Amino acid sequence: MGVVSSKLGDLGVVTTTLDVAVNWARTGAMWPLLFGLACCAIEMMSTQAGNYDLSRFGMELNRASPRQSDLIIVAGRVTRKMAPVIRQLYDQMAAPRYVISMGDCASCGGVYNNYAIVQGVDEIIPVDVYVAGCPPRPEQLIHGILTLHERVQGERLKNWVVEGAR
Amino acid sequence: MATTSKRPLALEIPEATENALGQGQTWEGSLEDLRGLVSDRAITGETMLLNLGPHHPSTHGVLRLLLELDGEEIVTCLPDVGYLHTGIEKNIESKSYEKAVTLTDRMDYLAPMSNNAVFSLAVEKLTGLDVPERAQVIRVICLELTRLNSHLVWLGTHAMDMGAMSVFLYCFREREFILDMFEKLGGQRMMTSYIRPGGVWRDLPEDFLPALEKFLGYFPNRIDDYEKLLTNNPIWRDRTEGIGVIEPEEAIALALSGPCLRGSGVNFDIRKAMPYSGYENYDFNVPLGEHGDVFDRYIIRVHEMRESVKIIQQAIKKLSSASGGFRSNNRKFVPPPRAELGRSMEAVIHHFKLWTEGYSVPDEEVYVAIESPRGEIGCYLHGTGGNKPRRVHFKTPSFMHISALGKLCSGYMLADLIGIVGSIDCVLGDSDR
Amino acid sequence: MHIPDALAPAVAFEELLPGVLKGTHEFRGELTLIVDPADVERAVRFLRDTRGLIFNYLSDISAVDYFDPIKGYGDYGDRPARFGVSYHLYSLLYNRRIRLKTFVDEDVAIPTITTLWDGANWLEREIFDMMGIPFEGHPNLRRVLMPEDWEGHPHRRDYPLGYETIMFSFNADEINKHKPYAKD
Repeated sequence: MGVVSSKLGDLGVVTTTLDVAVNWARTGAMWPLLFGLACCAIEMMSTQAGNYDLSRFGMELNRASPRQSDLIIVAGRVTRKMAPVIRQLYDQMAAPRYVISMGDCASCGGVYNNYAIVQGVDEIIPVDVYVAGCPPRPEQLIHGILTLHERVQGERLKNWVVEGAR
Repeated sequence: MATTSKRPLALEIPEATENALGQGQTWEGSLEDLRGLVSDRAITGETMLLNLGPHHPSTHGVLRLLLELDGEEIVTCLPDVGYLHTGIEKNIESKSYEKAVTLTDRMDYLAPMSNNAVFSLAVEKLTGLDVPERAQVIRVICLELTRLNSHLVWLGTHAMDMGAMSVFLYCFREREFILDMFEKLGGQRMMTSYIRPGGVWRDLPEDFLPALEKFLGYFPNRIDDYEKLLTNNPIWRDRTEGIGVIEPEEAIALALSGPCLRGSGVNFDIRKAMPYSGYENYDFNVPLGEHGDVFDRYIIRVHEMRESVKIIQQAIKKLSSASGGFRSNNRKFVPPPRAELGRSMEAVIHHFKLWTEGYSVPDEEVYVAIESPRGEIGCYLHGTGGNKPRRVHFKTPSFMHISALGKLCSGYMLADLIGIVGSIDCVLGDSDR
Repeated sequence: MHIPDALAPAVAFEELLPGVLKGTHEFRGELTLIVDPADVERAVRFLRDTRGLIFNYLSDISAVDYFDPIKGYGDYGDRPARFGVSYHLYSLLYNRRIRLKTFVDEDVAIPTITTLWDGANWLEREIFDMMGIPFEGHPNLRRVLMPEDWEGHPHRRDYPLGYETIMFSFNADEINKHKPYAKD
């Protein structure tokens, strides 16, 4: 409540722009999809467990359904057999939706430059934040998430693309 | 209502993906393809076909199960793996032996050291390379810490699948301590590549042993805490006892290994049967189950954690008296210490040759198996006479366990499936490689 | 319980199943028995069921491709055929391992051993998927790791590893031009 309480004053009235209010709400409770692929998923679980405690950023609630989630963290290597499934999950998410590509394998193929691995999940779905590392430390993932928050806070409502209107 | 139309069972692929996916972008099954695999009642529509996964919270990764359900009861279960097939075996064929260790880490990502160890042991057997005693003791410490690490993740996620959230938080608290120790060893939390052919990467750092002793001091009490939460909990017992029963003969026929095989009462632990890395010098018990159900597999893993603590304590005592360095002195296979490079021309030559070309191994084949936390992980290694392997094949326990899933869960309820999948402790990276 | 004495596998073959064993090979204490592809099921059954052998646990089935890009097809050194298939068996009773090996050319089927162990099912499917060696009598010989419509068998030595050019700063622009980035 840092932002709000500092502006609240005695009257209990806050004046702000709708952009700021909406973006504050969106970053404060961004629900990730409960979705893990490989090694990075274990580090993602570490991030959500007690020591690193992702709930500090309002993200402890993983939704198992893509319809209810705002963020997909692609944690691990994306194989050619899995790629259509990931695209399907992404298409099922409601806009505005964000993608974090966690780890080297998801970002660029990593050490696996071979027949089975898609060389970067950005060939399948558009990525907002890339997190490097094999696997990234939980601190790195949190940094990636905060980078995404910064980006979301800079968004303008008038730039929203309405699904289906295109 | 008989239907023979080509009804698509799998996903329809949206058009937007066509550019990037290339081969393997569509797959469609039809009911006719499943004839013989599912019962005839599914073909007529009497029973229901349900697709579980590859994205499902309780399948531990990207396992896909095609279930045939008669109401709540599972008639057939067809597992489908390969959603994490990484081509590691093929990739290793284009790498020298020293460099391939890095790739083995990422197969079974809950037990990276076991993979390092089985590959290193295979290379050592193929080349006839010696491993000093001290290196073997360090390996045992690492392998048992890995076992604790893996069992902690298993216990946390298995309990969470069955509805006990707090166990997950406790298990990961202790796991962080183990990961910190791995970071001290190898500079990385998970993928340390610490065990290499000829020994280990470097000697134990100074602050490792005090941290390990501190951990061993309180960890047994923490195991008691987990047991207090689960073992006598009536909900836990109701959901695990008598579920997923497998008879010993059937377990052997399905080539199960590790806690899944011992849960049925078969005494087969490679650490005892065919000791490697000096396991014959340690005093530990192999816990055995009686009923072969989910509960037995749970309690065996909990007891294995206690035995691992015992082994590590014995290893720490051995460490001071163990002879030799932390890796072999055979300069044809193991690079010289950094300090020698400034003094010795020979060391520079060895260093250059090892890191550019690598070493040659004979055109022969070996099969080495060790006891990973999940069971028997085997490495079949075939050299070419040159510096790269002709073929590496990993026999992984998860692959065998998932293949047995159809037998394990037919006749049980759908809700029991979650417990059974958890109890076989499958890691999809391990299975698909 | 009386346990009969362990037999030497090669001797047992000569005495009880003559003509099947085509050769033996020993390397670092690992014994390899070589048989013809058509005899695999018979030989494995013999190893599993004979008193004194009882290799009752199937550890692994793995295949190796002896194709060499320099020598070309048809020249596999001292090996009689292109592929080698190894069955790694273990005896829970006598605590020892053995390898049974057979050599096959492309499209030559090996009799399945799923009749002996259910666990062989997926191991044989994996070899069919990765190496393209068919198994005769297998109940469900489909791909297991690769997608159903995949072409080729990736672990053959003549199958390319299939990598893309790695992006550095000097060639980033050129690669970005044709890299298929996805749209929202």
